[in-house]
Amino acid sequence: MFRNIWTIAQRDFRSYFTSPIAYVVIGAFMSIVGFMFFFNLDHYVRQMAFSAMGNKGVSVTDGIVRPFYGNMNVILLFIAPMITMRLFSEEKKMHTIELLMTSPLTLTEIIVGKFCSAMLLVGVMLLVTSIYPIVLFSAFTPDYGPIVCSYVGTFLLAGCYMAVGLFLSSMTENQVVAAASTFGVGLMFWIISWAASAAGPFWSGLLTNLSLIGRFNNFGQGLLNSADIFFYLSYIFVGLFLTHRVMDSYRWR
Amino acid sequence: MISVSHLTKFYGPRKAIDDLSFEVQKGEIVGFLGPNGAGKSTTMKILTGFMPATDGKAVVAGHDVFEDPISVKRNVGYLPETPPVYTEMKVKDYLEFTGKLHQVPTTSLSKSVKNAIERTSLGDVQNRLIGNLSKGYRQRVGLAQALLHNPKVLILDEPTVGLDPKQIIEIRELIKSLGGDHTVILSSHILPEVTAICQRIIVLARGKIAAEDSLEGLTMRMKKGLIYSMEVKKPSSEGVDAIRKIPGISGVSSNGSKLLVEMTAGSRDVRDQVVEMAVNRGMGVLEFSPEKVSLEEIFLQLTTEENHSAAAHAGGM
Repeated sequence: MFRNIWTIAQRDFRSYFTSPIAYVVIGAFMSIVGFMFFFNLDHYVRQMAFSAMGNKGVSVTDGIVRPFYGNMNVILLFIAPMITMRLFSEEKKMHTIELLMTSPLTLTEIIVGKFCSAMLLVGVMLLVTSIYPIVLFSAFTPDYGPIVCSYVGTFLLAGCYMAVGLFLSSMTENQVVAAASTFGVGLMFWIISWAASAAGPFWSGLLTNLSLIGRFNNFGQGLLNSADIFFYLSYIFVGLFLTHRVMDSYRWR
Repeated sequence: MISVSHLTKFYGPRKAIDDLSFEVQKGEIVGFLGPNGAGKSTTMKILTGFMPATDGKAVVAGHDVFEDPISVKRNVGYLPETPPVYTEMKVKDYLEFTGKLHQVPTTSLSKSVKNAIERTSLGDVQNRLIGNLSKGYRQRVGLAQALLHNPKVLILDEPTVGLDPKQIIEIRELIKSLGGDHTVILSSHILPEVTAICQRIIVLARGKIAAEDSLEGLTMRMKKGLIYSMEVKKPSSEGVDAIRKIPGISGVSSNGSKLLVEMTAGSRDVRDQVVEMAVNRGMGVLEFSPEKVSLEEIFLQLTTEENHSAAAHAGGM
């Protein structure tokens, strides 16, 4: 079981690096995140100087950590489609899906394996960003709680994007379609809470609860809430389940 | 080893295969022959567990394809129509990956890979990217993938497509050598290929079995008599009539300078008389040779129901 998942995950993960995808994705992600961190820091230092003149100060958590990880999530929304678009589309286009589906692996193993390969790449990306907390700790004394929780939250949120992306990639053999729809759906679930204010009380509550970003705030504050974690995990589960349904029906056609 | 009964498959309203039943014994090499859209690939996809059938039952290597697809897949090596290769991988890495997919033990993996590379003569390209290889090499990589885990059953969908003549001969020899230990089903619309490799031929047309026999059996079934082709310098209708009157000749048709002479099966040999007659009538014989009933004709006759005269090579016979 785990061996099979690992076989799939390993191959897909490697192929990120044998194609330019991993380098482009990691490169773009790191340059934008670096840019954001620099100006976050710059802004914060200015504010510090300002508060030294008698104004009320802002903590490192509120001034840098929360906006920084919040921004990182936005960047991930843009990056996610590039990571997931090929996972099934390319297999279908190149007919390699026939190889996978005629080997003694269950569909679940294949899907989880592919999901893991995407999450491994996300893991690598997040690992590289750990340089920024190190910078923070060398200059200030930030709370480690919000930072650790932000990483957990970001990883889970990225998991949701990956699950959506995997699902949409299984629907088409066109990678551009897969990428564009992943971005669209991901963004929609981000901003769905905007509709909440216009909707009635029932829908308002539902829409607020469906919003991906609404759940992230707690993580940024250093709160590990089981309801939030469960929300993200069930979101991922639904995405993978739908992928399973699509791939299963693909065989029937 | 393979047992199929009443297999039916619909693609939407279209019936791709229709109540198919056949058996394949252990070690046999069986060829699926049929025009495009006859249901060859569909049948193969069902046998590999890739695609479920609408109705019917298929048992491969002792396991039901629908109830226990994983066990079936473990015992089957499959080469689809398009070789399922990852273009960004090196040949050797790819084969290692497919070995792992088929759960070849880690201890014997490199040995299996080496063996498969040797059998398909991929040694020269084993460290090259598959994307940079020609179609023929990719086809061989696909075949190596199917052989690698030493499956009981090999299902090969048009295994020699895209190969050059030398490679075709090599691959045919390879497939032949696999018979005995492995049970092989291959499909082709290249007829001499089926003749060269298979012990038994299943002719499919419109999703049904049009014929199922050995090559000799099929040829015998179709052969009404011996046919000879004669090329002459000056064809004359008077000469043709004279040949037609020779006892033992059941028909003569002429097409310009080419005459087709059919002799009654089992009668005495009258070839010398035919040539003599032609020479005597001043037609000037340039060539006289046996016209073998080719598999193409058998195939066309079996698969073309409504227009027999177009299939038989001369209407006048």
